[in-house]
Amino acid sequence: MDELLPPLLNGTALGALLLLAALGLTLTFGQMGVINMAHGEFIMAGAFVAYVTQQVIPSSDLSIPLALPLAFVVAGFLGLLLEVTIIQWMYRRPLDTLLATVGVALILQQAALQIFPAQGVPVEKPSWLDGQIDVLGYEWPLRQVFTIVLAAACVAALAAWLKYSSFGRRIRATVQNRDLAETSGVATRSVDRITFFVGSGLAGVAGVAASLIGGTNSQMGVQYIIPAFLVVVAGGIGQIAGTVIAALAVGIAMTFFAYWTSGSLAQVLAFVLVVIFLQIRPQGLFTVRTRGLA
Amino acid sequence: MSVPDASLVVSDLHVQFGAFVAVHDVSFDAHPGEVRFLIGPNGAGKTTCIDAITGLSKGTGTARFGDKELLGSPAQKIVRLGVGRTFQTASVFAQLSVLQNLDIAAGLRRSPVSLLRARRGVDASVERALEETGLGTVRDLPAGMLSHGQKQWLEIGMLLVQDAKVLLLDEPVAGMSQDERTATGELLGRVAANRVVVVVEHDMDFMRSFATRVTVLHQGRVLSEGSVAEIQADPRVQEVYLGTAGALSGALAPGAEEVD
Amino acid sequence: MTKFTTRLPLIGIGVFAVLLLVVAPAVLSEHWISNLGKYCCLAIAAVGIGLAWGRGGMLVMGQGVFFGLGAYAMAMHLTLETAGPGALPGFMILYDPLAPLPAFWEPFRSEVFTLVAIVLLPVIVSAILGYALFKRRVKGAYFAILTQALAVALAVLISSTIRETGGDTGLSNFKYFFGYVLNDEANKLMVYLIAAALLVVCLLAVWQFNRSRFGELLVATRDAEERVRFLGYDPANIKLFAFVVAAVMASIGGAMFVPIVGIITPQEIGASASILMIAGVALGGRASLFGPALGAMAIGWGQSSLGSSWPEGWIYILGLIFIFVILFLPMGLSSLFDRAKGLIRRSSDEPGPATPELREVVK
Repeated sequence: MDELLPPLLNGTALGALLLLAALGLTLTFGQMGVINMAHGEFIMAGAFVAYVTQQVIPSSDLSIPLALPLAFVVAGFLGLLLEVTIIQWMYRRPLDTLLATVGVALILQQAALQIFPAQGVPVEKPSWLDGQIDVLGYEWPLRQVFTIVLAAACVAALAAWLKYSSFGRRIRATVQNRDLAETSGVATRSVDRITFFVGSGLAGVAGVAASLIGGTNSQMGVQYIIPAFLVVVAGGIGQIAGTVIAALAVGIAMTFFAYWTSGSLAQVLAFVLVVIFLQIRPQGLFTVRTRGLA
Repeated sequence: MSVPDASLVVSDLHVQFGAFVAVHDVSFDAHPGEVRFLIGPNGAGKTTCIDAITGLSKGTGTARFGDKELLGSPAQKIVRLGVGRTFQTASVFAQLSVLQNLDIAAGLRRSPVSLLRARRGVDASVERALEETGLGTVRDLPAGMLSHGQKQWLEIGMLLVQDAKVLLLDEPVAGMSQDERTATGELLGRVAANRVVVVVEHDMDFMRSFATRVTVLHQGRVLSEGSVAEIQADPRVQEVYLGTAGALSGALAPGAEEVD
Repeated sequence: MTKFTTRLPLIGIGVFAVLLLVVAPAVLSEHWISNLGKYCCLAIAAVGIGLAWGRGGMLVMGQGVFFGLGAYAMAMHLTLETAGPGALPGFMILYDPLAPLPAFWEPFRSEVFTLVAIVLLPVIVSAILGYALFKRRVKGAYFAILTQALAVALAVLISSTIRETGGDTGLSNFKYFFGYVLNDEANKLMVYLIAAALLVVCLLAVWQFNRSRFGELLVATRDAEERVRFLGYDPANIKLFAFVVAAVMASIGGAMFVPIVGIITPQEIGASASILMIAGVALGGRASLFGPALGAMAIGWGQSSLGSSWPEGWIYILGLIFIFVILFLPMGLSSLFDRAKGLIRRSSDEPGPATPELREVVK
């Protein structure tokens, strides 16, 4: 048990971080079919918001809680801008959104590299995240607990929003039948924009959490985008519950692999795991049956 | 009745989506020389029957072509056994020419090596299909430019080139003009001489003109079976199509076909 | 007339071959020949991407993997050849002069094994991955993301195994290429000519694929995968074949990249390198014959000239190329060429049919 507990707890925290990174993708990819490769750079933007907030308000005890909503809004507006300028023209070409947003990702990375120091910037964690809690003899760092709490809060908020608000119903109507939703009086354009705003905003929140755990630099988005997409792929499109399970599974599995082998081999093994998983539960499970072969 | 080798015999076909039973123990058979119709209102399970027989949906029961069981095999294997189908929305390869569409269908029995060679000349089977379907004059047009009716004929032509022994046609005359319907019906009559032809239809007029035998499905079950005259006289069929028993000349009369 | 138009691509390949194999060596300096050789290697990989993505609809975002397999196979052989029989590669001596050569290096002492491995390694990896994914009907974005993930994983793996693979510093300082001294000007030209000739061969191969029945079937599978199933083909096998061919081409490009550039590092095979390969194909025109090769050469040129003289600007340009090409010219620059051809034909020949369906076909 002493052997298994630390990787299990660390893995859960890594899974929670992956979940934060993937949650917004589930919304934009799953609900809207848009593959936003700049999502990683929205995470980066959130991390830089945490840094800038700290420059203005030096007390990290205050600046981090303040940075969370700020990062949500900043990343959300970046997403909105992306939707209005590029993505709205390509809703019927999902693979092309992937490529166009790769271009956006490159531009955002380069912009960050020129605005901020190339070696990255430090984000100090608030004093109330110093220290550990004792879990069966293991000193679990509080910032890992914080990531998990934050992820849980975001999942709960998103799920409730989609399920209970009238807006959530409008999103689902748009996803299931865009034309019908339009003729039934749903303003699908504003649904698209708000969905994209929220999805991207969640990336900003993930960025604040990431800034407290790893480095904050122009390349950090690259690090998160592929694992986040793997989580979405394994979780099943548009399935929040699936995303939660997949994120935790990938996080815990990678941490165990890293304990047993090395961090780099863990990435390869995680990839193999997802491919094997797709053999058992391919995307076909989630496709909607229609007549004909259109 | 004896069952010839080249017949399609479906018995106790059962298709379920979750808790919903789309096809409930349906049995029918079809033989070369007849144009067999499956009719029924929307949601009767006609297309689902075809889907299950061709491997697009999972079904239980049996569907035998000669002595070969079709259920449970992947779609491409069922095609290789000689069972072909068309779709409600004509699905031809829009960017390829009519000739290329037919040629691709003829490729089934080619060796892998010959696939890597360019096409030289036109297969005899492709020529025959062009003639049979009357598409010879548009052979070099991209299939996407054909009229709706021509696309359906091209699909039928592809089945002929494939040398399908069983043709399952899903609403082949939907959206066709009266002349095109007649031409399609005559084509089916010729084709059916030495093949099994099963037509799923809504169009009662078309059914009356060209059907040899008809099976009426309703809510996933067989409601009635027989010749056109027999099913027209069946009060249960009249009830399904009209909501009330009685009027013979209602839904089954010309010009009163359903609208999807 | 029809005979001429069907032969047109072949004439184009001929002209291209003469330019690369005869004109370029005659007029270009040694420096530019080496650069052109590098672009040829990227173009070889791009020709394969054109087949898999443009014709087959599989967005291969991780061709760096196969590029890397060929490159590292070649680099390991050249490293061992440079070290001499029985000796350890230089970088390994730095860590531990007494350590044995890792077992997976040993066979790469053989020239024949290396050449076979350059072709067979990508076949094995792509066949396993492709079989697993295509049979389960994994496609579209899922496929793209998984291939990219594989590229990331391989690059990370190599970066972190510094003792076995040279890590981030990669493999370099090759002195010999199958017995020839690499520093010699004539030998450098020979290596360039091999790369250029291989590019021409790959173009010919793809030209033949495209005009063959297989090519038609591949396009048919791209546009209506399920429909192909009802012609009696398994679409997974059709896609698998194109994917494997593309992987082999990427591997060959990678293998020739090593003696020409003189170094291979994980950066050349990771996510951004793989994306750069896609950029060239998208720019040139994914579905055309010459588009991928010419696009890759253009991006390669931009990367090595602008990328070093004005790195900040180059990244912005690259990003904008992605956005503008995908938004306004999804079929790349070659579609401009086709459109111009269409205009000329329409004004001179007969009035082209302008039905809505035609527009769909063109799209």
